[in-house]
Amino acid sequence: MTDLAHIRNFSIIAHIDHGKSTLADRLIQRTGGLSDREMTSQVLDNMDIEKERGITIKAQTVRLDYKARNGETYELNLMDTPGHVDFAYEVSRSLAACEGALLVVDAAQGVEAQTLANVYQSIEHDHEIVPVINKIDLPAAEPEKVRAEIEDVIGIDASEAVLASAKSGIGIDDILEAIVTKIPAPKGDRNAPLKAMLVDSWYDPYLGVVILVRVIDGVLKKGQQIRFMIGGTEHLIDRVGCMRPKIETLQELGPGEIGFITAQIKEITQTRVGDTITSVRGGASEPLPGFKEVQPVVFCGLFPVDAADFEKLRESISKLRLNDASFSFEMESSAALGFGFRCGFLGLLHLEIIQERLTREYDLDLITTAPSVVYRIQLRKSKTEDAKEIMLHNPADYPDPSRIEQIDEPWIKAVIYTPDEYLGSILKLCQDRRGIQTDLTYVGGRAQVTYELPLNEVVFDFYDRLKSISRGYASFDYEQTGLREGDLVKMSLLVNNEPVDALSMIVHRSVAEERGRHMCERLKDLIPRHLFKIPIQAAIGGKVIARETIAAMRKDVTAKCYGGDITRKKKLLEKQKKGKARMREYGSVQIPQEAFIAALRMGDES
Amino acid sequence: MTDAAPLALYIHWPFCVAKCPYCDFNSHVRESIDQPAWRDALLRDLAYEADMLPGRMLGSIFFGGGTPSLMPPETIEALIDAAAGHWSFAPDIEITMEANPNSAEAARFAQAAQAGVNRLSLGLQALDDAALRFLGRAHDVREGLAALEAAQGCVDRVSLDLIYALPGQSAADWEAELTRALAFGTDHLSLYQLTIEPGTRFETDVRKGDFVPADPDHAAELFELTQAMTSAAGRPAYEVSNHAEPGQESRHNLAYWRYGDYAGVGPGAHGRRGGVATIRHRKPENWMSALARNAHGLSEERALEPAEQAGEALMMGLRLAEGVDLRALAARIGTPQAALVDTDAVAQLERHGLLRRDGDRLATTPAGMLLLDRILTEIVAC
Repeated sequence: MTDLAHIRNFSIIAHIDHGKSTLADRLIQRTGGLSDREMTSQVLDNMDIEKERGITIKAQTVRLDYKARNGETYELNLMDTPGHVDFAYEVSRSLAACEGALLVVDAAQGVEAQTLANVYQSIEHDHEIVPVINKIDLPAAEPEKVRAEIEDVIGIDASEAVLASAKSGIGIDDILEAIVTKIPAPKGDRNAPLKAMLVDSWYDPYLGVVILVRVIDGVLKKGQQIRFMIGGTEHLIDRVGCMRPKIETLQELGPGEIGFITAQIKEITQTRVGDTITSVRGGASEPLPGFKEVQPVVFCGLFPVDAADFEKLRESISKLRLNDASFSFEMESSAALGFGFRCGFLGLLHLEIIQERLTREYDLDLITTAPSVVYRIQLRKSKTEDAKEIMLHNPADYPDPSRIEQIDEPWIKAVIYTPDEYLGSILKLCQDRRGIQTDLTYVGGRAQVTYELPLNEVVFDFYDRLKSISRGYASFDYEQTGLREGDLVKMSLLVNNEPVDALSMIVHRSVAEERGRHMCERLKDLIPRHLFKIPIQAAIGGKVIARETIAAMRKDVTAKCYGGDITRKKKLLEKQKKGKARMREYGSVQIPQEAFIAALRMGDES
Repeated sequence: MTDAAPLALYIHWPFCVAKCPYCDFNSHVRESIDQPAWRDALLRDLAYEADMLPGRMLGSIFFGGGTPSLMPPETIEALIDAAAGHWSFAPDIEITMEANPNSAEAARFAQAAQAGVNRLSLGLQALDDAALRFLGRAHDVREGLAALEAAQGCVDRVSLDLIYALPGQSAADWEAELTRALAFGTDHLSLYQLTIEPGTRFETDVRKGDFVPADPDHAAELFELTQAMTSAAGRPAYEVSNHAEPGQESRHNLAYWRYGDYAGVGPGAHGRRGGVATIRHRKPENWMSALARNAHGLSEERALEPAEQAGEALMMGLRLAEGVDLRALAARIGTPQAALVDTDAVAQLERHGLLRRDGDRLATTPAGMLLLDRILTEIVAC
């Protein structure tokens, strides 16, 4: 255990590509965490998806031992936080475990959008921010300009910003030194009742559930009987340790320290992010503040392209769920898509990640239906049934409209930060999405606007649109604020006069026509031309509200085909026939599965 | 396949002076060619195929390439003579040679005719110098027309090739070019729309955005214009891209499209002998060394399943205006007629006006011919 004065807990804030991972790798290398041979680039992002997209999904830490210029050795805990609004709550817990942050800014590109949101979050947690201007050895580097930008745009003192190049190893020692001298030591009381925050957890096939913790007060030890204050379960700690980034077993974790414990826990659902861990004997009476129950807010159906893969999908989803308590699933059947699962996610990115992992790690071909939120519907009494209340997760289960007394939909409070030049377009976007503005303040060249928005307008590509109209500069954070009544209807999409259940959605009546027109236009581009013309319609009940037509294909013929071409052309024909098998047929129209996904991502137009 | 149908013989000469940017054929550029060795090798490859197909009557010979008009006339003559020794010739045997319309090759037309070639297929490709340059052709229009005149002076039957639906080509441009081409009086024209084939330089150019291929709808209009003009000129389409005065169709190519037997000799040549597919080594050097080793240039010889044969026969036969006699085809490959095509799909496409049934015959309509590749994926049962 290290005394409080020699501990520093920090995270790294950086825009994608500004060198966060490289810097983390350098810090690990410099402090001897891994030999050169063991360094694979971007040590911290374990999953392929994390590496590719440059986003972190699970919080991770690494402990570094650093001998400072004052001759003393410090324990530095680097916390790698998830990086997306879908995981805003997880991020807030990771940040709550730190006292400071390195703000890494690219010396050539300057301050970027995502950075701002993260900096503000970090500031909200009272973090000390240490600016680092990275990539100073690039020919296009303008460190002085970037220094001024950090002061103007973010509003923090950058006069002592560290100049560095993580790639070339320049300034690494200065960064480590700044961590020690600038970031405050954690506070805590070794003798107080145990309080440790559950930062994150994951399933390891050998160790069971591994829990990432930050000790606030007291001490965590092997053999200790602990209790989750919110979850209510009790467990015996069988391992205490830290990551360097290799696992190292420790005697104990004291106040201010970050590390992990295992306690023979099999189900990740028992370990809730933000829960407080205390000892069974002489435990704390009050949990730490800030816990929130994580609920899936976006739902969609996942179906195997090949019906024979259903069991494989079930197994794969169950395995993923082992490591991700925040998504839910239940079986679903669809007339067109067969058997699949209705799954709940924290947001659209979370949905995409799960879908991509299933595709990639479990080699499944999937069809994803339109994302939807949960609606509360009051049903009137019918001849056979009493009046009742249902929660609707799936547009396909939309009840007979004549029985609907009232539909309530979830609303959120959204806080958007943006450079003020984009404010106009952002206000329009929020207005178009039925938003109600509740606050607007200006800070320097930036605006902070608060809106109440229906969640179903947000799951529908809001985030993509926001980023696109602000060139990535606006940031967005939200929390749910409860249910409100809405004039909602089910809109169906018909292709060649047949309803495509996977594309039906629940929309507000006021935007139905526009949304319908948009979907029809989109499908017109996404469904390839056929040998005949194809009508595409959006309808509410029996009433068509939008229509497009895909013209018939006119030309698809090989110009030259002689004796020597037969074999090759025949192979081509067989390949095309195979491609056909991967499409879904609606009224003899073949819809490529990409169309389902793409149709729901509305892109830049509208 | 009955022995009564005449056999077709294809001989591949794989060399070109330069590779054209749209060409995906088996062609190679070599600094020097050992002519006696090549003549000898082709003769031996031919002898091997003749052994496999004894007692047949030969209806056609086709010298293709590459650039077969660069073959020494002695080699052409030796091959024709050898073929005559292996098989009996049909009285009206058609012996075609592909040729580039440049002066060097035109000078050899008379010798080729002397050797027995009685039909020349001339790769004129365009009647516009800028278009010829775009297509990477070595000749210009003036030289091409001189070669055409020379060809018409040497043999009775001349076919010319043109490539259309070039980037930026308007209907008026093509109408003018085709009007001029029809006036040359050849009884046969091959009119190909430019398609971007995998592995060609054009494919790279398109990917890089150097040019944009013709819009398919515009190409469809040009195709329809072509059909109307050639029909009016008495040389209607008998195949997707081939037009002839009735009776002047390429007998050799008809053998492919009617899925008859053909022997393929030379590097990369394909053949079909009674349900057996033959493929020869593509690379000239590999083909040569295979011959030295095995006395033939084969790289693959494979009996085709009836379903495969059906797929091939439909793929080729539906290219013809006459279509396919399904009953005859079923009998020939020994499979029930119902198993040849997806009958529901055929019925649906008939309703859409893309296919027509006339007794046992299945054929595309004019609109359907333009959509044949797509139609095949719908109807071929394979």
